[in-house]
Amino acid sequence: MRIVCPFCGERELGEFTYLGDAKPLRPAAGGSEDEVFDYVYLRDNIAGETSEHWYHGGGCRAWLKIARNTLTHEISSVEPAAGVGQAAK
Amino acid sequence: MKYSIFSLARAAFSGHKTWQRTWRDASVKDRYDVVIIGGGGHGLATAWFLASEYGIRNVAVLEKGWIGSGNAGRNTTIIRSNYGLPGNTGFYELSMKLWERMEQDLNYNTMVSQRGVINLYHSDAQRDAYARRGNTMRINGIDAELLDLAAVKKMMPFLNFDNARFPVQGGLLQRRGGTARHDAVVWGYAHAASALGVDIIENCEVTGFARDANGKVTGVETSRGTIGAGKVGMAVAGSSSRVAAMAGLRLPIESHVLQAFVSEAIKPLIPNVMTFGAGHFYVSQSDKGGLVFGGDIDGYNSYAQRGNLPVMEDVCEGGMALMPMIGRVRLLRQWGGIMDMSMDGSPIIDKTPVDGLYLNAGWCYGGFKATPGSGLVFAHLLAREELHKEAARFRLDRFRRGAVIDEKGVGAQPNLH
Repeated sequence: MRIVCPFCGERELGEFTYLGDAKPLRPAAGGSEDEVFDYVYLRDNIAGETSEHWYHGGGCRAWLKIARNTLTHEISSVEPAAGVGQAAK
Repeated sequence: MKYSIFSLARAAFSGHKTWQRTWRDASVKDRYDVVIIGGGGHGLATAWFLASEYGIRNVAVLEKGWIGSGNAGRNTTIIRSNYGLPGNTGFYELSMKLWERMEQDLNYNTMVSQRGVINLYHSDAQRDAYARRGNTMRINGIDAELLDLAAVKKMMPFLNFDNARFPVQGGLLQRRGGTARHDAVVWGYAHAASALGVDIIENCEVTGFARDANGKVTGVETSRGTIGAGKVGMAVAGSSSRVAAMAGLRLPIESHVLQAFVSEAIKPLIPNVMTFGAGHFYVSQSDKGGLVFGGDIDGYNSYAQRGNLPVMEDVCEGGMALMPMIGRVRLLRQWGGIMDMSMDGSPIIDKTPVDGLYLNAGWCYGGFKATPGSGLVFAHLLAREELHKEAARFRLDRFRRGAVIDEKGVGAQPNLH
């Protein structure tokens, strides 16, 4: 698996660190216990196309949002993650 | 059929051409008391304990492929009970004791080999941590010995003791740990469960759940039609989220790929199971002579059953740091299995919020050693509607209650467990 970083170009997987599913949004301060539990522990764990956060620690040190297929490891898009992952309104 | 020295001799005289298949080719009944989804080690062990221990014999095990085609055939065969946290310590020891009598129980040679498991340490802090874990084990009646450098040198003189960065200082040894033949374990459970009346149905994929008006699970939809069930147990590690989703459940689980490796066969070299505590590398030598080894998971969600090169490189570097001479050995094959990585690194055995559906999941990459124990406690839950005392902490709601069993102490980060 190789990842085309929007800042650095195509790099090998070892330069990147995986964070996880990009879908869960951190509940706002004062969120209910259910919301926090859901955010911290529960996952869709999709078999197929999913979007996730990766960190390019071996390169530009940017957070990326990557669309990847978990059945084939095929990557369909890579974009900077700036702005995503903010607290849900 | 019953295996004995006489059956072996009889078959030998006919050139080993008369061996019968070891479990019945069952036809599918309309309804069972219990349907187990997943014909891996855990599913088959559950069926066997349901029949042998709890007297429930109207049981079917549904396997989407063939017996041994999933994670049962994709592990590194290690058995041990060297855990330190309440919940894990007792459970894995229960499992270890079941390994020790498995061959007699099943009338099947599962090649259980108690050759010892040693975790090497490389720093004072790691020694102290292992000493503490060993003490915890001994307090709980489990064998553990802390070895110093001289004892390790005597046992494994071939290690690289001149490694400046990660000098081997000693190790924590569990002599009763070791290996078992992974395929024989599933074959043995299938053989013994089938003999007690359990139907083992291969090439039968579950595609959905049948539910009544109250939402209770009344059976499963499969590629071979609808099968009614009093209770349905899931033992589909790697695919737990996908199967649970069919019942509308989300689980505290991610699926990750773990790679394992086998070298060409060499003469007997490694007397036990060894782990390299400075990195993550573990190795044993199969009875055929191949070095069987592995390391970390690849670290990102995957259902692909194949890994990527950076982890392969990392694992091989760990091996080379410990035993530089294995650089001369050729790698024979490599494979990847899909692991249920739970949010605290420990398993989940419980009823689900869906009536009639029971969950056995989240074994991370330690499921093989748990096989007999998992089968016993899951059968206990299915038969008695309550958790076995050695599985009492494996509840599904422990994450919500803050009662996680986080053996590695990395929190809700499945890719770090």
